[in-house]
Amino acid sequence: MTDIPLDWYLWLSAALFCIGVYGVLARKNAVAILMGVELMLNAVIVNLVAFWRYLTPTGSAGMVWALVVLAVAAAEAAVGLALIISIYRRRQSVVAEEVNMMKF
Amino acid sequence: MTFPQLIFWVTAAVILASALQVVTTRNIVHAALWLIVTFFGVAVLFVLLDAGFLAAVQVVVYIGAIAILIIFAVMLTRRVMQDTGSQTNRHLIAPAVLIGGVLFVALLFVFSRTRWPLSSAAVPPDSLQILGLELTSPDFYMTALVTVGVLLAAAMVGSIAIARDEEKD
Amino acid sequence: MQLDLQTLTWLIPVPPLLAFFLIVLFTNRSKGLSHTVALLAIFASLALSWTVLFSVIVWPAFGKQVIASAVPWFPVGIAGLTETTAFQMGVLVDPLTAVMLFFVPLTCAMIFLYSVGYQNWGKPRDPRDVPGKPPHYGIEPLYSRFFAYLSLFAFGMLLLCVADNLLLLFIGWEIMGLCSYLLIGFWFAREYDDPKKITPRQAAVKAFMTTRIADVIMLLGVAYLYWETGTLNFREIFYAQDGALLKLLAETPSFVGGLAAAHLIGILLLVGTIGKSAQFPLHTWLPDAMEGPTPVSAMIHAAAMVSAGVYAMIRVFPLFDVPAALGGAGEHAARALGLAAEAAAGHGLSPAGATMATVGAFTALFAATIAVAQNDVKKVLAYSTVSQLGFMLAALGIGGYIAATFHLMTHAFFKALLFLGSGSIIHGVEHGLHHSHEKIDPQDMRFMGGLRTKMPITFWTFVIGGMALAGLPFVTAGFWSKDEILLDAWTHAPVVFYTLAAAALLTAFYTTRQILMVFFGRPRTEAAAHAHESHWTMTVPLVVLSVLAVTAGWLNIPSDFPVFGALAQSLGGDFFFKNIVGKSLLEKPEAIPFHPIPLATSIAVALGGIALGWLVYRNAYAKADSPDPLARLGGLYRWLQNKYYIDEFYDSAFVQPTLALARNVFPFIDRGIIDGLLHLIGRVSLGLGEIIKDYFDVPLVNRTLSDGSGELVKGAGRELRVIQTGRVQQYLVISMAIIMVVGAYVFLMAVR
Repeated sequence: MTDIPLDWYLWLSAALFCIGVYGVLARKNAVAILMGVELMLNAVIVNLVAFWRYLTPTGSAGMVWALVVLAVAAAEAAVGLALIISIYRRRQSVVAEEVNMMKF
Repeated sequence: MTFPQLIFWVTAAVILASALQVVTTRNIVHAALWLIVTFFGVAVLFVLLDAGFLAAVQVVVYIGAIAILIIFAVMLTRRVMQDTGSQTNRHLIAPAVLIGGVLFVALLFVFSRTRWPLSSAAVPPDSLQILGLELTSPDFYMTALVTVGVLLAAAMVGSIAIARDEEKD
Repeated sequence: MQLDLQTLTWLIPVPPLLAFFLIVLFTNRSKGLSHTVALLAIFASLALSWTVLFSVIVWPAFGKQVIASAVPWFPVGIAGLTETTAFQMGVLVDPLTAVMLFFVPLTCAMIFLYSVGYQNWGKPRDPRDVPGKPPHYGIEPLYSRFFAYLSLFAFGMLLLCVADNLLLLFIGWEIMGLCSYLLIGFWFAREYDDPKKITPRQAAVKAFMTTRIADVIMLLGVAYLYWETGTLNFREIFYAQDGALLKLLAETPSFVGGLAAAHLIGILLLVGTIGKSAQFPLHTWLPDAMEGPTPVSAMIHAAAMVSAGVYAMIRVFPLFDVPAALGGAGEHAARALGLAAEAAAGHGLSPAGATMATVGAFTALFAATIAVAQNDVKKVLAYSTVSQLGFMLAALGIGGYIAATFHLMTHAFFKALLFLGSGSIIHGVEHGLHHSHEKIDPQDMRFMGGLRTKMPITFWTFVIGGMALAGLPFVTAGFWSKDEILLDAWTHAPVVFYTLAAAALLTAFYTTRQILMVFFGRPRTEAAAHAHESHWTMTVPLVVLSVLAVTAGWLNIPSDFPVFGALAQSLGGDFFFKNIVGKSLLEKPEAIPFHPIPLATSIAVALGGIALGWLVYRNAYAKADSPDPLARLGGLYRWLQNKYYIDEFYDSAFVQPTLALARNVFPFIDRGIIDGLLHLIGRVSLGLGEIIKDYFDVPLVNRTLSDGSGELVKGAGRELRVIQTGRVQQYLVISMAIIMVVGAYVFLMAVR
């Protein structure tokens, strides 16, 4: 593990996160947007675990956080997909651009 | 280049390439499959980071549950999303690239300017056991565990309520 | 097995709480379901308690070995960066708790069962009944609510019993305070023709306020104890490390006149009990609490509330028992306070213990004298409760730990029995009133008489309870426990002994008077003539409790008692109770050798009181308006009848002056000064406002600023409307951009 500097992991997670951001912002399909969110969350977990390994390997706070994020991601995916299916059922569409209910 | 470094570079390349595929490919089913590859790469990273348990959880939860869920959602909503045409909003590409790029540069800048208080300690062999004990101990993370449990229960109830076909009942 | 018992102990208070929420949230529409839930819950608690009780009581080292289990409750203070010390909350079953677990759930269960009949279960709803007033003849309109409150009450008491620390005990204590308020004021809409008669609403407020005063002081004691020791756990303070903490407390001077910290804490806690257990001078709420439905009176007087006060004192008894290690100063302060008992005893009593003994003994006699002259069947019992609680505190104050605990238990049985019996009597008379349509108070004993033949079960059980209260020698529980207290008093503090003996004489006297007035002679009213026996749900608890009112006394027969001691010894049951309960303490209290004088006194006052009552009241009430034989005492009788005018005294000393002060201050300060100032300020600002309006607001603000800014916002809105597309991703782009700009700013500022 000493072979790999911490910074490598940070760069990787930063790149992954930014790819996720791009996906969330640019994709049309709501499901694809959700995939972008999952990528971002995964980047966060990588970050957390890397910090845990390199800064506080004897504690377990980092692991607990990572698990919490995982669980939240699972909950988020379930609710998000339920929303998508619900919208699809009403509008016959999963294109986020066509869903413009978020305004007065 | 040592062996772990080699593994890291290969894994990183796989992760980034597949992640790019996820956000660019036209076929949404392919995107979901590429997402699985990304998740798997991240699981490999966890192994490199001495977090084998988390790697297993990553495989089970992300690949086993979330990715499958996404594929289901894709299948259920397939009819309208024809595989023809671009899957990307043309007018949003520029801002998205800009924001992603600037964010990436900013993060690298922050990382490079920070000195982390590195610890050279090894992971204790019974770290998993400690994790389990602390997760269920009120002195440590029992509250977090219980909260997550409540959250999951609420999410489950909520998704059922949202996705239910109201016309049928 | 150990673990299982711990879990069971945790579960003891839970069912009534669940029942409370179930009834309040779900079943309150269905009266039958509600009482089923409540009854199931209390019987579940009873089963749990007795399972725990009978498992632990056979442990050979019970006392040294206890059921104790605690979880961290909330963090208090940070010891290190990562380490916090948590306040531990838990349960404890030591011998003392075991005793409580024996009688508290049982009496509660009996009261619950009794309430079913008392609140007219099974009768149709009377259309004249309104919620908040006692029902005429039909079922209580707020039937479900009653059982919900009772369940919460039982939860509070059980929580208090199993609590392992003073704070949890205090929480249970306060839950009961709330429930007593709710239940005393259960018939909140009831009004009386006589404006001087206190209504349930007022009684509830009075009970709540009085106990609150005491509770605040008690909380001070709790806080002080925590401050000194850093823990509130009973075992840690009183038992662990051979009582090291206790010794520390006895050696630490407090900030009051050379009193040791232990004793000051004890006195502060004692004030809480004086309020809760209605000791002089805070006793006035308890008789007024009779305004609640009778099962509530039984609950408050026997099973829960007032027992809780004495129980708390027994719990912290070591605080009163440690000798004043400070030497002269503390003793001196005690004398300066005029503590007669301490001066008389002259040995071994701590200032705090002396205070407790004085308060207890005085209240015992004082309340007994009042009880003699009351005509309300429940008021007599109420004052007798006050008096009996005085007995317990007096016993505890002089060191009679076992005697006080023992009397607490026997009293719970026979006083619950008496209250439930009186409820049955009132029910019978009220039923008679439906035939006779007389305008009389169904609780007034003068209008009763001759109920012996009409209500035989109530009669016999009431006589058993009354004789236990009077201390009829050898058969009743009250005799054994009272004899024990007198023996203790004789050995330790003669003054207390004489006081208590006089009180015991009066107790026997007024009990006989009550029984004679209610059950004997000829019916003095039509209503009494038409009374009849109550529903089985009411009589079954009476029978159960009457059995216990007799047998509970046999648990603690001294080995050296003439005849009975040998008998008990041959059965292996001598000092059974003492051997169990004594192990709660670090040092088991030594047995006090038998002495003939207290025994003779005990028998003499009991029989003498009964005989005296019989002689005086045998033929006293021929008609309802016959004068009471004691009226010949003249002024004294009127004093007694009016409870020494203490209510009037409090009214004129505290309530009226406050009102008068308010009334006098109001026109002057409020109307004159404050209102005047306000008017002045008002007028000045009004004038100022006019000026500002004409020269500033209208031209500048209205025309330029507000209209202008309005236009500006409108224009900006028109321009910016394009941003609000309703599309999530565009929002995200905007928010991400803003986040990045702000983030960059914050980061650069931080780096620089």
